[in-house]
Amino acid sequence: MNNLTKVMAAPHIHSGRYTAGIMRDVLISLLPATVAGVIIFGMRALLVIAVCLVCSIGFEAVFNLITKKSQTVSDLSAAVTGLLLALNLPANIPVWQCVVGSLFAIVVVKCLFGGIGNNLVNPAITARVFMLVAFGSLTTAAFPVDAVAGATPLAAEQMPSLMTLFLGNYGGSIGETCTAALFLGGIYLLARRVITWHIPTVFIGTVFVFSYITEGFDLVSALGFTMAGGLFIGAIFMATDYVTSPFTAWGKVIFGIGAGFLTCMIRYFGIYPEGVSFAILFMNILNPYINRLTRHKIFASGGTSL
Amino acid sequence: MKNNNSLSVLTNGILKENPVLVLVLGTCPTLATTTTVSGAIGMGLAALVVLLCSNIFISLLRKIIPETMRIPCYIVIIAGFVTVVKMLVQAFFPGLYEVLGVYLDLITVNCIILGRAEMFANKNTVVVSALDGIGMGLGFTLALGAMATVREVFGAASFAGIAIPLLEEYKIEFLTKAPGGLLVYGLLIALVYALTKGCAPVKKSFSCSGCANASTCRMGECANREKEGNN
Repeated sequence: MNNLTKVMAAPHIHSGRYTAGIMRDVLISLLPATVAGVIIFGMRALLVIAVCLVCSIGFEAVFNLITKKSQTVSDLSAAVTGLLLALNLPANIPVWQCVVGSLFAIVVVKCLFGGIGNNLVNPAITARVFMLVAFGSLTTAAFPVDAVAGATPLAAEQMPSLMTLFLGNYGGSIGETCTAALFLGGIYLLARRVITWHIPTVFIGTVFVFSYITEGFDLVSALGFTMAGGLFIGAIFMATDYVTSPFTAWGKVIFGIGAGFLTCMIRYFGIYPEGVSFAILFMNILNPYINRLTRHKIFASGGTSL
Repeated sequence: MKNNNSLSVLTNGILKENPVLVLVLGTCPTLATTTTVSGAIGMGLAALVVLLCSNIFISLLRKIIPETMRIPCYIVIIAGFVTVVKMLVQAFFPGLYEVLGVYLDLITVNCIILGRAEMFANKNTVVVSALDGIGMGLGFTLALGAMATVREVFGAASFAGIAIPLLEEYKIEFLTKAPGGLLVYGLLIALVYALTKGCAPVKKSFSCSGCANASTCRMGECANREKEGNN
């Protein structure tokens, strides 16, 4: 049949972007942080990353095989989840815990809810929170290869210098310490138009403003507070997940403010030193409501939309 | 009633209408007593005995109990049997009595027992009600046992108090705590849903008149939609 005579519903113009392409961009943008993590924490970090990647992809493939669903491994979303999860774990974590975490992220959070696009919450962040609560091992973060720093600087007495925080040579999860590499990845994502600026900027900005006020208007410690911990990786890569963040610009601003506020609340008043993952998870759950509140009004639909 | 086949009444409670995993009743004791296998089985059996006795008695008295006063009457009957069971457990299984604690008393307000009285025993004959009590009690016990097995084996690396040496290094203690319990509970519900292919019955036989939410509930609406969907 002639293509010209085919009748199709609108829209007719395809942007040319596919899930796999976007996910490939995310993987590329995570590359600097991955390399930095391996340099800072050594080969053990590489092992954790490999285990999480292989397990995430493997579990998705096996789940699709067992439940006789169409294979979704090639859209690379499982690879992104695996890599993000690994970057959120300390390098000294036992391997079996990585396997359990990947299983939880892929099977429980993503596949059981219907696979890509149907998960309520971000798989990587939920698996991190699960592992934090289940094993408690994430609070004692790994040491860098050539430094003596201990747990995440948020729990330490003395905050490292701003330069250390920027380059990432201190204790923490594999991918969260090197702010420079994360920044680079964020720029790439923005340039490729995979994400918009709203969530990362508002999220990080809220935390900065909050800590600037709380730290007694001290710029250095406020900057340190913003760069330490998992804020950058969370704000740039996890909070911007398409499925679990709002569609509209105002929705994204609300999401960012909420996540930033909750992060500070948990950091200052909670029992955990770090609150980024909890904050993102919480805002993921609120996401449907934010979407509903900020829905665009249909033109000429009258005053009573919703 | 359509349930004339007494065998199906007995087996319904085990998987198809499992009180915990399909009807989602009795959630509180399910979460609280499934940290150990022995506690879970003890709880299940205690509830089974109470359920069997109360079903028989309520079925016997179903013509005498006035419609408007039936809930207090059921509670009195159930509480009586709970007291008997509690004293027996205390006398003969003091260890189990310590483990179950207040949850033994709370069988009185267990939704499964009151629910079966309301849904089944007050409209069926004694023999069928007794079978329903056994089936539902077994379903409760099995569900609790399954859940406790998952939680104890993976959470505490032991089964009914016997340590499993290989898992010692790999235990996920989270599963023995309340959030872990909810997690296992949800996964088991998903598993049963997959096994029964989601064809669990929508309970329409529950009489609406006694329900506090009757004026706001849109159960009829749902039932109609369900019917249209099936047609």
